[in-house]
Amino acid sequence: MKLVLKYMKPMRAFVAVTLTVKVIATVIELFIPYVLSYILDYMVPAGNIGNVVIWGGVMLLFAVLACLTNIIANRMVSRIARRVTEKTRHELFDRILHLSSRQVDEFTIPSLESRLTSDTYNVHHFVGMSMRMGIRAPIMIVGGIIVTATLDVAMMLIMVITMPLIAIAVGLITKRGIPLFKKSQRSVDSMVRIVREDSQGIRVIKALSKVDYERRRFDKANKQLVSDENKAGINMAASNPIVTVLLNFGLAVVIVVGAYRVQGGLSETGKIIAFIQYFTMISNAMIGITRVFVNYSKGSASAQRIAEVIATEPDLCVESEDKHPAKNTGAHISFENVSFSYLGKKNNISDVSFELGHGETLGIIGATGSGKTTLAQLLMRFYDVDSGNVRIDGRDVRTIPHDELNTKFGVVQQNDFIYAGSIRDNIDFGRDLSDAEIERAAGLAQAEEFILGYDDKYEHLLNSKGTNLSGGQRQRLLISRALAGSPEILVLDDSSSALDYKTDAKLRRAIKEGMDGVTTIIVAQRVSSVMNADLIIVMDDGRIIGKGTHSELLESCSVYKEISDSQIGGAVID
Amino acid sequence: MTDKTPKRKKIAQELGDTRGKIKMSVLRRIAKYLLQHKGMMAICFVLMVVSNALALVAPKLSERAINAIAPENGTIDIETVWINCLLMLAFYALSGILSYVLAVLMVKLSKKIIYTMRRQLFEHLTTLPVGFFDTHATGEIISRMSYDIDTVNTSLSHDLLQICASIITVIGSMIMMISISPMLILVFVITIPISIIYAKFRAGFVRPLFRRRSQKLGELNGYAEEMLSGQKTIKAYSKESVIGKRFDEKNAESVEAYYKAEYYAATVGPTVNFVNNLSLSLIATLGGIFYMFYISNLSGETAIPAIFTISLGGLSSFVLYSRKFAGPINEFANIISELQSACSSAEKVFAIMDSEPEPSDKEDAVILDNVKGEVSIENVRFGYVEDKVIIKDMSLEAGAGKLIAIVGPTGAGKTTVINLLMRFYDIDSGSIRIDGKEIKDVTRDSLRRAFTMVLQDTWLFYGTIAENIRYGREDATDEDVVRVAKMANIHSYIESLPSGYETVLSDDGVNISKGHRQLITIARAMLSDSPMLILDEATSNVDSRTEQKIQQAMYALMEGRTCFVIAHRLSTIQNADTILVVKDGDIIEQGNHDTLMSAKGFYWSLYHSQFET
Repeated sequence: MKLVLKYMKPMRAFVAVTLTVKVIATVIELFIPYVLSYILDYMVPAGNIGNVVIWGGVMLLFAVLACLTNIIANRMVSRIARRVTEKTRHELFDRILHLSSRQVDEFTIPSLESRLTSDTYNVHHFVGMSMRMGIRAPIMIVGGIIVTATLDVAMMLIMVITMPLIAIAVGLITKRGIPLFKKSQRSVDSMVRIVREDSQGIRVIKALSKVDYERRRFDKANKQLVSDENKAGINMAASNPIVTVLLNFGLAVVIVVGAYRVQGGLSETGKIIAFIQYFTMISNAMIGITRVFVNYSKGSASAQRIAEVIATEPDLCVESEDKHPAKNTGAHISFENVSFSYLGKKNNISDVSFELGHGETLGIIGATGSGKTTLAQLLMRFYDVDSGNVRIDGRDVRTIPHDELNTKFGVVQQNDFIYAGSIRDNIDFGRDLSDAEIERAAGLAQAEEFILGYDDKYEHLLNSKGTNLSGGQRQRLLISRALAGSPEILVLDDSSSALDYKTDAKLRRAIKEGMDGVTTIIVAQRVSSVMNADLIIVMDDGRIIGKGTHSELLESCSVYKEISDSQIGGAVID
Repeated sequence: MTDKTPKRKKIAQELGDTRGKIKMSVLRRIAKYLLQHKGMMAICFVLMVVSNALALVAPKLSERAINAIAPENGTIDIETVWINCLLMLAFYALSGILSYVLAVLMVKLSKKIIYTMRRQLFEHLTTLPVGFFDTHATGEIISRMSYDIDTVNTSLSHDLLQICASIITVIGSMIMMISISPMLILVFVITIPISIIYAKFRAGFVRPLFRRRSQKLGELNGYAEEMLSGQKTIKAYSKESVIGKRFDEKNAESVEAYYKAEYYAATVGPTVNFVNNLSLSLIATLGGIFYMFYISNLSGETAIPAIFTISLGGLSSFVLYSRKFAGPINEFANIISELQSACSSAEKVFAIMDSEPEPSDKEDAVILDNVKGEVSIENVRFGYVEDKVIIKDMSLEAGAGKLIAIVGPTGAGKTTVINLLMRFYDIDSGSIRIDGKEIKDVTRDSLRRAFTMVLQDTWLFYGTIAENIRYGREDATDEDVVRVAKMANIHSYIESLPSGYETVLSDDGVNISKGHRQLITIARAMLSDSPMLILDEATSNVDSRTEQKIQQAMYALMEGRTCFVIAHRLSTIQNADTILVVKDGDIIEQGNHDTLMSAKGFYWSLYHSQFET
């Protein structure tokens, strides 16, 4: 909740004015029943109809004033809530974009997603609600108590006694409710997970005739969810009747005590009536506060989740050259004794060293999970190495500012993303490239052919995740994106696995010709994709087990030869 | 404020005519769910009437108590005060207990309904054709299941109760007030029209703003979701600021829509209070005068007709009733708009429930069993949409146990052939027969059981590795699971994991590589033991060394089965009995590797492109 206060700070003055208006509005409202008792106790016995009408008019005036000031205050509150939400979301999104991949992995994407959406929404809701109700209700209660004290102290005390009871009851219910609520939220997650999985895997489910199995699985989750929701709901169902009953008990006691006091000449009947009015007001305020409390637990949990992300300092800061001195060997890219582990347990990369000159091509090949992609990611500094150095032009990547580092690369990653927007937007990717640059890139990437097949060509709209493209089309589009920004280094991570060999070959030829002088790293499973590289490294379990050109490796590396033979099927190449 | 009107019109235009009525057909359908629980509904109704009636009587009791202490009596009748206050306590307590029971029952009732709705929706989803999932985003289906059903549920448990309670309260308080003072009722002649006019204004104007608000929030969420999934790419291109700026635009739009809605909604609370206070002041003024008449009548000074008089207790309880009376009327606009959003949610849910399921099997459909695996495809023509034919004219004979390979450039229609064989889609013309039986004439279930399928898409569910492998055949023993895992060359990897076969596969699969996931799907397929096999790029995520290692197992799996294999790596299919070369939806070449190579056609050029650089 500190977070919320922080974002309110720049609008301190505005918040202060808003609070003042709200207080004024509430105080005016408090006067209305006071006038009522005044009429009954003083004007009516005096028997002057004119005075009764005048004081009725005063009441009306107060009602109008209360209405106006409340509207103004509420609108000001909305403005504050808007500001806080906008700022929170902005900061949160900004921070997420700057988190390192390791940090994102730790939070997990679904969790970040829900923080950005539902949690900010909860906070917004709470800010608005607490400023409207949270201010009004306590003032109503305190003001109500003060006014009733001036009417009759004894009766006021009786009324006040019920409040701790209500507070205890509401507190207990809320306290019990929070874990129940959390539990049912988790059950929602499991139900949603099944729906998500099944929508994605419907082919497999139908192919295996698993419909009944899935129905049972869903039914189990559904039952669990309903039972959790039931528990939470039933717990909450008690709150309103308890508050109402307690308040009305107090009311009945007030009347009895009032009767004795009137009998004893200590009070007047009109005051009891006014009292009943205040009681209704206070009880509404109490119910309001109950709601604020329920919202508070939700809002503060959400605010905590948001603050957690914002408080995460992005690691991977730019470090000084003193710590990681440059070492110029003339190579464009160099890895020197690099070791790295994702989880800090088992090394995913062990002692990898190689050098690559300007304009050269590096092919990385190896078994599933052998660390090919990790090498590419270390070069782009998605993660920091545990030991050793990764250098570009002799400079350690840790000493290169992020913007400078990232603009060096054109990248296609595994499962890379396409967003809802035109083909042009997806290739451009916010870089304000010219049409000529984009068309050239699409041409090189062999994507032009299918793009021009659409009536609206480059303006053709793509679905989120590119679901209206085939696998091969998606990859060619992503390659266009990587080629378009005239990068210094091109990283193609398994970017052509969905392409048939013919298109793949054409693509490689086009890149070679069109991207002359660009240092290229190709991560692949096909020998044919890397066989013409200047340097090929063969990875196995995080280590380099072979290094050299295609022909050298056929001689020196049995694993490479095995892969090559299996793919080219022992066919003779003349 | 001068531009208020045009602004409103503009918003209304942008939104189109979204005021739409609550559709009776949708309401009737929701009602059907309620009527399944007639008994419970009846109990709830009785409880509601009784608890509200009890709450209504209580102010009447306070009237008597106060009259007993009214100054004009001279004496104070403490006993009456006590009796009435104790009665009040009893009535409130009883009413409280009843309303608690009622609330609990309503929670249970609504949960029963929500359970049924979810189950029905899910079960219907499983009957829908695969095409439905190809054209509907997963997120959309999820929001039907969670958000929309929840909205309906909230409305059922809350609004319905509220409406019934309101009607009882309004009528009850009206009767009570008339019994106290028929003349004071006239106050409402002034205030009720104000409420109604205001409610109308609100319904027409604020509601579309709220709809726009949720629409904008949806857009923002969609954008955030999309960009988060592309976080690595954004980083790689250093486009944080551009993406951040776009997010800010969406954020501003969403917050603005929210603000606009709240700006106007900010008038609701105070206005409702104002109407209440207006009634109160009018009642106080008029009631005060009536009370004066009452006193002067008592003292015999005047003889004003009783209708123009009121006792002090009467005035007090009249005020209480008037608050009760005004509440529901002011709330009515709220409830209507909530009901409306529930209806639009329900409509979306029902739309899925109404979408055409896979056509049911023919009545005389036979069960395909003891399958030998002879497949014949004859003059098949098919397109996903009517005017775009994907497969023009395809014919093929595959004897039992044969290996059929389908090759061709990207997007040539290879996967479509599989979709047709499994009857995920029905052909437009021609015929597909298995063991001489038209696949249209056999049950889908038995047809699909006859095939085992391994796809490029490595679909696994959240659960342990063992559960995922056993998915291929539920009655498989642990030994079976280990056996196929060994065959698929994944056993030693699984054993190297800290929890072995009990390792839980997480949603995003961050904890296990794509290649390993694919090996698990292969193990799963090996377990299911069907007479025919479909491998659609089954090893595309596996490096060729691993592929080679499992090749033997794959051959063992293929042994004696009719196999359809789609592959890019031509090396894997050279020993196929028949190779179909598909291009633009037609089979342009057909034969085995040797005949195709010697024909020097498209296959030949595809084959050679493997070695091109």
